[in-house]
Amino acid sequence: MNPTDNHYPTGESFRKSLNGRYRIASIWQAIFFSALLIALLSLAALLYNVVDGAFGYVAFEYKNDPTEFTAKPLDDLNKQELLEILQTNLSSGAYTKLDNEKTMEKRSKSVLYTLVLERLIQVDTKKTWSMTDSILRGNEIKAEVAKKYPEAKLEFRSWLTPVFLTTPMSSKAEFAGVRTAILGSLWMVGIAILFALPIGTGAAIYLQEYATKNFLNRIIQTNINNLAGVPSIVYGMLGLAIFVRALEPFTSGSMFGITDTNGRTILSAGLTMGILVLPLIIINGQEAIKAVPDSLRQAAYGIGATRWQTIWHHVLPNALPGILTGSILAVSRAIGETAPLIIVGASTFISLDPEGPFSKFTALPIQVYQWTTRAQTEFHAIAASAIIVLLILLLTLNAAAVIIRNRVQRKY
Amino acid sequence: MQTNETPEYAIETKDLSIFYGAFKAVSDVNMLLEKQKITAIIGPSGCGKSTLLRAFNRMNDFVPNSHVTGEILMRGQNLYGSNIDPVEVRRSIGMVFQKPNPFPKSIYENIAWGARINGFKGNMDELVEQSLRGSALWEEVKDVLQKSAYELSGGQQQRLCIARTIAIQPSIILMDEPASALDPISTLRIEELMQELKKNYTIIIVTHNMQQAARVSDYTAMMMLDKEGSRSGTVIEFSETKRIFTNPKDKRTEDYVTGRFG
Repeated sequence: MNPTDNHYPTGESFRKSLNGRYRIASIWQAIFFSALLIALLSLAALLYNVVDGAFGYVAFEYKNDPTEFTAKPLDDLNKQELLEILQTNLSSGAYTKLDNEKTMEKRSKSVLYTLVLERLIQVDTKKTWSMTDSILRGNEIKAEVAKKYPEAKLEFRSWLTPVFLTTPMSSKAEFAGVRTAILGSLWMVGIAILFALPIGTGAAIYLQEYATKNFLNRIIQTNINNLAGVPSIVYGMLGLAIFVRALEPFTSGSMFGITDTNGRTILSAGLTMGILVLPLIIINGQEAIKAVPDSLRQAAYGIGATRWQTIWHHVLPNALPGILTGSILAVSRAIGETAPLIIVGASTFISLDPEGPFSKFTALPIQVYQWTTRAQTEFHAIAASAIIVLLILLLTLNAAAVIIRNRVQRKY
Repeated sequence: MQTNETPEYAIETKDLSIFYGAFKAVSDVNMLLEKQKITAIIGPSGCGKSTLLRAFNRMNDFVPNSHVTGEILMRGQNLYGSNIDPVEVRRSIGMVFQKPNPFPKSIYENIAWGARINGFKGNMDELVEQSLRGSALWEEVKDVLQKSAYELSGGQQQRLCIARTIAIQPSIILMDEPASALDPISTLRIEELMQELKKNYTIIIVTHNMQQAARVSDYTAMMMLDKEGSRSGTVIEFSETKRIFTNPKDKRTEDYVTGRFG
């Protein structure tokens, strides 16, 4: 080839080939953009689906007319009046039982109101509609209710209410809440993180700062990475075999003198979740430790620090934001996991708050799972509400992770 | 450690070779380094200057599979002897690095930390002041001791690193191109500081900058790959700086210092 020969297009043909190059670029750009669009659409569809279920018209009848108990409209009653209605109309046995669970005078007005509805008036939900239906077909729904359930009242309702957050489980969807599930989830996640954070951080420190690069350590490292991808149900089996069965005296609390439980306790669930998030915490911890620059370690060693002094005073403090971010992400993983809890044996119906690690428990995803499998549509509505609670909890945790990362981030 | 070796020498290497795995990075270095003098190590890139420097305070121990043969003797004791703890070596041979690397702590803490972990029992405020005065930084930072060290300029940070090193009262200070990341004015201040420091300390400095070596050092060690095609470096000439720059014995040294290659 002669170096002076020009083998490149010039003039018109150059512009033509350039246009061709731009065309290919814009096609790829469009493909990438549609990928993003698909992702956004699925997210929007998910959110819409959940919100659609949690709000909407509901047709219900009162089994007993409110006028049997009071002359005033229900909404105008004050706390004292509600209390009196309960006192006079409930059987004394039922009232004493409620009073023993929690002193009636100390209960809030909305709780008493709910009790009047649940125990005395007895709401009977006939049918529920989704938000979209309620908005688009409002008149048809009104006509349908008037025809089919002439006695029924029609109301546009948000199933997600403050009362929903603070009331325990109930067999009637109208009065069921997620209090027990939220507390169960928090207990479980708390135990999981208390168990996994020290162990995971310790393992990360060992792998990053002490372990030499030999065959054995490479195998360990690879396996930790693989463990992070093991299906969560497998961890459920592990939890069942080890914590629920083998360690039952410990996890049921019987070795501490607690006799009324078996191994299916919050402790078992928490430890199982801890094992599940352990690889996550180790990997995140390693990344955080890796990000601490070597110059800092050398500075410490250079003035006569031991390895431990270097790690404790410089590596760990500087890796801490990363380790914390990792553990918050681990928490949000644990709080959304369902499969291991089903295997470890979460209770499906429980109305008492968990009192400690040896209590029976339920958790938010378990509750959602339970409610969605029920036939009555009102349970689907509260399942949707519980999902919203779960999502808000997750988003809050992730936001906290981002804030911690940005706040405590250090420059070197 | 008892004193039985020639006292005017701070440190001595005997047939020192440094290996990374099977690769011999530095071979057969024999040097006697005089007390309270500045010795410069010069030579082209990749000839093992930093490796040799880091051998003096056993920083190479952190490189996997590295080992040395031969001896580095300080007050008659081999620093690589089986009875010597590397932490003890680093305690008495301090190091200043190429890039300023203060701790992400306050100026005060940067100095106090090293003293504290080494069991310092005296007055900490005094030690901090004395070390900062010793590194010619006191006047600039005396009112902002609680500020983060990262708020200082690069040159100030490097002097803080020197202050941190002299606070633990080493007998030798190693400097690995301490001014290469600094501007000319900061460089000048570091060089002036070195002249002050050598009243109390023996200094070994690696530098790429031959003018710097000529300006600051009393002795110069010229390093070079030992032969064509080989990858291991060695000291080809070691004598008074004046001599290296005016009347070198080795042709390769002459070529290098006159800028004919390298």
